[in-house]
Amino acid sequence: MLRIECPCCGPRDHDEFRYGGDASVARPAHDDPDPEAWYRYVYVRDNPAGPHREFWQHVSGCRQWLVVERDTRNHVIQSVGFARKMPA
Amino acid sequence: MRYSAFSIFRNGLSGQKNWQRAWRAAEPKGAYDVIIVGGGGHGLATAFYLAENHGVRNVAVLEKGYVGGGNVGRNTTVIRSNYLLDGNTQFYEFSVKLWEGLSQALNFNVMFSQRGQIVTAHSADQLDTFSHRANIMRLNGIDADILDRDEVRRLVPYLDFSDTARFPIHGAILQGRAGTARHDAVAWGYARAADGHGVDIIQNCEVTGFVRDGDRIVGVETSKGRIGAGKVGLAVAGHTSVLGQKAGLELPIESHVLQAFVTEPLKPLVDHVVAYGADHFYVSQSDKGGLVFGGNLDGYNSYAQRGNLGVVREVAEAAIALMPCISRVRLLRHWGGVMDMTPDASPIICPTPIDGLYLNGGWCYGGFKATPASGWCFAHTLATGKPHPLIAAYGLDRFRTGRTLDEAGVGPSAWLQ
Repeated sequence: MLRIECPCCGPRDHDEFRYGGDASVARPAHDDPDPEAWYRYVYVRDNPAGPHREFWQHVSGCRQWLVVERDTRNHVIQSVGFARKMPA
Repeated sequence: MRYSAFSIFRNGLSGQKNWQRAWRAAEPKGAYDVIIVGGGGHGLATAFYLAENHGVRNVAVLEKGYVGGGNVGRNTTVIRSNYLLDGNTQFYEFSVKLWEGLSQALNFNVMFSQRGQIVTAHSADQLDTFSHRANIMRLNGIDADILDRDEVRRLVPYLDFSDTARFPIHGAILQGRAGTARHDAVAWGYARAADGHGVDIIQNCEVTGFVRDGDRIVGVETSKGRIGAGKVGLAVAGHTSVLGQKAGLELPIESHVLQAFVTEPLKPLVDHVVAYGADHFYVSQSDKGGLVFGGNLDGYNSYAQRGNLGVVREVAEAAIALMPCISRVRLLRHWGGVMDMTPDASPIICPTPIDGLYLNGGWCYGGFKATPASGWCFAHTLATGKPHPLIAAYGLDRFRTGRTLDEAGVGPSAWLQ
């Protein structure tokens, strides 16, 4: 089991979270006309065997979207942060 | 040596001491016409059909571990061709036809057992979609039957037909020619048959990089040194991205863990392969008596060949909802395999944009049933440089051109559903 250190709620079992996919993929601008950019955004993934930045949402807790850095070989979590910057 | 009743008798007389090993312990030569990376079912089948169908015998299969140690030994052995979409339907039916003659073709008993697969329907609407699927299958010459509730109850009375069932069974779709095979025997049978044609099967030989001449790939770097190749075929399910990146391939693949389970042995109970239409659960009974079953992916990127308890609980819940009678059966083992998940849940078999490099991957969690057809078609692609007609829909460019083959019907990132 993964234990994700939610910055809002503290360490929680990953069953409380929903996985949201690769967080390193950047969405093209809304009016970007380049089909190649959209193709890469929708389909192409690095899929590394090693550190991976990924979205998780704490659906059974604070419902915040988080960015978790996790090693896909052994599930060791290096860092957890809010996906959105907190207002100052 | 060919296996036969006579060879069993003769070896019985000499105390079982004179059996030859099933395939040679080959060491790599300097170069081959074709190198297949990955000694799983698909890689070994490819090597066998390269030799058998195309006369290409100067072939090596490189396996980083041992034959049968990867996904071919980690699946739940179900074989079926109850697909809906053009491209899939014909391909998987071709595979079932190859399975039907495989033990004879390989001179190795792969224990293919056509016990039939029943998928339960839990609403009138679901039964309608199953009828649609059955019609498509029949139009393609594949056997399919729609069963009403009473007919399902006669065949599989141990499912929950009570008034308290959470999702009452309305009916089912049955493919009578579906079934299971002994997964290890498939790997060993292909390895032995390929070896018989002169293919070198090299175990404990990890590919660490590619050798290039200009833009063309002309060999591989391995833990046993550099080996030259006319063509290189990747068949490394689960790790396609890892190796693809070394060759410079950008792929629409994520690796996820899928768990499988087996219970303690029981007396014969489950005569078919039964799949639960209201959740993701399917079960068959092995020849040893254990119930073999599986469910959903763990659902996040992973290269760890082990799962977690959350999915164990979910699968157990689905199992007991469908089959209350197994609630006290003990779970013996569970294990995980690493799956190449593609965005449309269909495989990728094709020549790649890199000269000399061919790709067979992206099998999601349905690769076992495809083993013979995948090997057959990939061998054709390697030998001729062009995709076999049966895999025309499985090209890498289908994502760019919008011709995805979305059998699961869930859109991009099928693993997030």
